[in-house]
Amino acid sequence: MLDDKDRIFTNLYGFQPWNLEHARKRGDWVDTRALLDLGPDEIVNIMKASGLRGRGGAGFPTGMKWSFMPKVSNPARPSTLVINADESEPGSCKDREIIRHDPHKLIEGALVAGFAMHATAAYIYIRGEYVREAEVLFAAVREAYAAGLIGRNACGSGYDFDVIVHRGAGAYICGEETAMLESLEGKKGQPRLKPPFPAGAGLYGNPTTVNNVESIAVAPTILRRGGAWFAAIGRPKNEGTKLFQISGHVNTPCVVEEAMSVPFRELIETHCGGIRGGWDNLLAVIPGGSSVPLVPADQIIDCPMDFDALKDLKSGLGTAAIIVMDRSTDIVRAIARLSYFYKHESCGQCTPCREGTGWMWRVMERLVEGNAEPHEIDLLLEVTTEVEGHTICALGDAAAWPIQGLIRHFRPELEARIARRKGFVQVPGMLEAAE
Amino acid sequence: MTTGTYNTVAEARAARPPRRHSDFAWTLENANEAARLIALYPKGREASAVMPLLWLAQEQMAAQHGSAWLPVPVIEYVAAQIGMPYMRAYEVATFYTMYNLKPVGRYLVQVCGTTPCQLRGSDDIMRACTDKGLVKGGNTADGLFTLAEVECLGACANAPMVQINADNYEDLTYDSMTAILDALAKGETPLPGSQIGRQASCPEGGPTTLKEMVGA
Repeated sequence: MLDDKDRIFTNLYGFQPWNLEHARKRGDWVDTRALLDLGPDEIVNIMKASGLRGRGGAGFPTGMKWSFMPKVSNPARPSTLVINADESEPGSCKDREIIRHDPHKLIEGALVAGFAMHATAAYIYIRGEYVREAEVLFAAVREAYAAGLIGRNACGSGYDFDVIVHRGAGAYICGEETAMLESLEGKKGQPRLKPPFPAGAGLYGNPTTVNNVESIAVAPTILRRGGAWFAAIGRPKNEGTKLFQISGHVNTPCVVEEAMSVPFRELIETHCGGIRGGWDNLLAVIPGGSSVPLVPADQIIDCPMDFDALKDLKSGLGTAAIIVMDRSTDIVRAIARLSYFYKHESCGQCTPCREGTGWMWRVMERLVEGNAEPHEIDLLLEVTTEVEGHTICALGDAAAWPIQGLIRHFRPELEARIARRKGFVQVPGMLEAAE
Repeated sequence: MTTGTYNTVAEARAARPPRRHSDFAWTLENANEAARLIALYPKGREASAVMPLLWLAQEQMAAQHGSAWLPVPVIEYVAAQIGMPYMRAYEVATFYTMYNLKPVGRYLVQVCGTTPCQLRGSDDIMRACTDKGLVKGGNTADGLFTLAEVECLGACANAPMVQINADNYEDLTYDSMTAILDALAKGETPLPGSQIGRQASCPEGGPTTLKEMVGA
């Protein structure tokens, strides 16, 4: 278990006020000037040394991402930091806790990250449904301006830096970085083709880096305590601390900061009061938010919760949004509901996704009832591969993977439902993972 | 309502019912707020303010008319202010689900139905709403409630949950949801957040980490 002294988010649950006075007591905005005095190159070097991988799901090394930005600022094309607070991946609820209980960690992170990439401003794009959270963030930004921490001559460094909070309005797709840029420009949020990548031409055509809230909010603490401190936590290539969000069939669902690579069983036993009905009652887990394939109980129980270990299980850490399902779960319905989600959230730009998500959802709904022919399972699997990889953004992939995970591990359950409905054979109530 | 056929477009236009809210204009306070919002974005990038301005307009509609929605003349008003063709602003208003293009009740009850909430019993929460006479996708006759099933609202560790206007109600059961609707119908404001007394997303029963932060 992670030591309390190594936790970054010390006010995760809001037991203390979020405001500047209390944030300073927790160590935020304490001599930020000294962090800026490290200089942009040294900041990027420390971030690289920390091993921090992007916390928004893809896990791209954060320091390296920052290093892609132009090394000199061009007033005609000002570099920009965009912070992705459009937290909408089903299962994910960590950025919300940072924003409403520790907003100054995010704003201070925006300053040091923006400084490191020679940016003139940060835009924080917060999902529209986070109304109260946005109110806190607006107020925290006002506090930071009033205290001279951001704005003209931020922290007395001679460096000017603005922070603008922009509210979304209920479109999951705006969590995709280029859709977010379109939305910020006042358009409907439909992803752009890449290249050009945002670091070359992003917001208003200027060099832009898009980072997740958690990636930015941990940066000041990493700079204060050193890259080596962060890198000493977790397995190699999976370093650091991480906010895990556990929902579903555990006794006490929660958000908690733990060491990366914490074994699943330890995480659940320590913080979640165990699996509802005991470990034998565990059916499957979606370990990284709705878009990653599910993992059956026997494979996940002793798995380290990190990027590489979950990739080895053909799933992923994603945002570390862990959805736990016990044996009472109608697993087909649970995945069908995710198919509905992706159908609802497809932006309609690419045909495989616009048509495919609806088609896959309709087949999934029939499979819930077993109202299908056995060969349709393979047909569905084939269609998922026609959608996957054939769209501008990853929403098509995200719609395909949960279904692929279901078929990979629960094909006998799908077949049993079809058989039951046809009345050919009496299959005992089977809910066993394949293999 | 008009029915029948028209010989010319002009005739059809003439037969249209009068447009509601065509007299929309910012209140003095909101006019200042709108100017502040536009100034947040770089010069020449006023289009970026379309989303915040639509939010502001929808809030003003709620304050003035008791229903948070965006009639066409309001969208036109916003578009004109930032020099954006109406159709571009309409495109934005239709793309994002939180801009209401039809009048909604005083309380917009959004039940999260996505898998993490489904696993924790969102079916019961939806049933509590329909048992109280709320209709999915519609408004109650008294104009008090609109009910919608929505996609993940990002409070999964406190599932099942609903959002009513700006506030979340979390860790719900059939009974606590019923009590919330009863309270709203009586004009009361039930306390938002966890309905079982949890502190935010802290594990029920108390934190497993940083215990000295409690009451420090």
